[in-house]
Amino acid sequence: MAIRPGVLAAAAFLGLAAVAAAVPSLLSGDPLAADPLHVLQAPSAAHWFGTDQLGRDVFDRVVHGARHSLAIGLAATTIAVTAGVLLGVLAGLSHRYADEAITRGFDALSAFPLLLLALLFIAIAGPGTVSLIIAIGIATLPHYARVVRAQTFVVRRAGYVTQAVAYGGSRARLVVRHVLPNVLGPVPVLAMIGLGEAVLAAAGLSFLGMGPQPPSPEWGAMLSDGRGYLRIAWWASVLPGLIVTLTVISLTVTGRHLQHRFEGRDPR
Amino acid sequence: MRAVLRRIGTGLVVLWVAATAAYLALLAAPGSTVDTIVGDGADTPAIRSQIITEWGLDRPAVLQYLDYLWRAAHGDLGRSYLLQRPVSAIVGEQVWPTLKLALSAAVLGILLALVLALTTRRPWVRRVSSTAELVVVSTPPFLIGIVLLSIFSFRFGLFPVSGDHGAAALVLPAVTLALPIAGVLTQVLRDGLDRALDEPFTVTARARGLRESAVLVRHALRHALLPAVTLLGWLFGVLLGGAVIIEQVFGRPGLGQVTLTAVNSKDMPVVLAVVVLSALVYVVLNTVADLAYLLVDPRLRRS
Repeated sequence: MAIRPGVLAAAAFLGLAAVAAAVPSLLSGDPLAADPLHVLQAPSAAHWFGTDQLGRDVFDRVVHGARHSLAIGLAATTIAVTAGVLLGVLAGLSHRYADEAITRGFDALSAFPLLLLALLFIAIAGPGTVSLIIAIGIATLPHYARVVRAQTFVVRRAGYVTQAVAYGGSRARLVVRHVLPNVLGPVPVLAMIGLGEAVLAAAGLSFLGMGPQPPSPEWGAMLSDGRGYLRIAWWASVLPGLIVTLTVISLTVTGRHLQHRFEGRDPR
Repeated sequence: MRAVLRRIGTGLVVLWVAATAAYLALLAAPGSTVDTIVGDGADTPAIRSQIITEWGLDRPAVLQYLDYLWRAAHGDLGRSYLLQRPVSAIVGEQVWPTLKLALSAAVLGILLALVLALTTRRPWVRRVSSTAELVVVSTPPFLIGIVLLSIFSFRFGLFPVSGDHGAAALVLPAVTLALPIAGVLTQVLRDGLDRALDEPFTVTARARGLRESAVLVRHALRHALLPAVTLLGWLFGVLLGGAVIIEQVFGRPGLGQVTLTAVNSKDMPVVLAVVVLSALVYVVLNTVADLAYLLVDPRLRRS
């Protein structure tokens, strides 16, 4: 199957973002270096994305911000996937009433709009990076749990599971060796698309001031900082925002491509 | 009938679990409630003990929980720690600006999605539209708001920059909120249309000599709308969550401002009320959508 150029571009951007998150100093200078003589300067050869209200280079801040924004999204998705898979398998293997109870729990959790659930959590735990991660992780968990639960239902009726039961393997062995590996199939791709959602949610909450506190160069927070100078310096807020958009699009495009590939369908 | 009752029962259970979860989260919060209520005000042991009796904080936790459930079921959402007023009054005052924004965005988004899904049938137009949808869905709502603001308010001065005075102030926020909704809905509608156009009834309709537009609107669209109805609950969540952010961008009053102020000052009754109310609306909408499904699609009634 030929890979479309859009998918290649998306994958390339993700690679770049990963490098930025891992070793930001490779791509840019100091994100906190203020320069009072060059405040709110338009994008130029010296400052690709211009400078902000303190004369800090917006491009440097965006590159260093990748670490914050992607790490928050990645950590939140890891929590959501881990808890979602465990709860989903548990529900899928449980007897009717226990399954019903766990499933209603997911339903209740997804009854709260993501942003409000996260805000409730932050109201209790206080703003900051860790709160943000846990809040988004909890809010996006039902998504994975539902898929895994449905998958578990299919797997538990499969011939190899029946055979493993007949051989008298322990319950733990059954779950770890036979059920878990076979229900995980659709999870990585879902997680990739989910990572985009998590990054978007994190940027939104940071924009509201609930995430990493200044002077941390987080993308949503940068947008919020630059907003006050929108009339004279659009680049300080619009460019970090565009990077968020590019990241989310790249994750979605790559994720969808992989999804179609695994399902053996032609991407449209 | 049994299916209907069962669905309503499930909705009630989900609502109860949601309310309880929110309450448990409140109990788990660090710091004492008395400290929050005292705030920066006068702080003496006498005032403290007065607060404890007044708010009933000396009762066992189970009793407080039952009391909370009982009052919530009767529409009493408690009192704000900070403003010392009933939460229902605070929320009631601010619900209208948010509702105005959410409703106009919903109408705009749905119309836009209908028009786009129906008109972009040609392959290349479709590709352009799909790309635009992907971009809009992946863009943070506040970025859309900021870009619209800098173009239409700052550059051309067409709309007010902030506030909630008159219809002109509603245009940009509503468009900002409507775009992501339109993006998702268009994708869902288009998939639905594609599937409906593959069905045998489409061939029949075409064979009867119906014009293509009539086939689309009268036959395919009906089928495509069904999966879109299940998105009702999702739509509400996006509208409310988006409204919180967009009210901030455009400096509008509303539930978003109330919620953010409450979160920042740990005014838990207000936060709890907004969260539980939003869960209530979500569950009601989802139940209605499911029941509508049962009504429209007889195949589902048999299982």
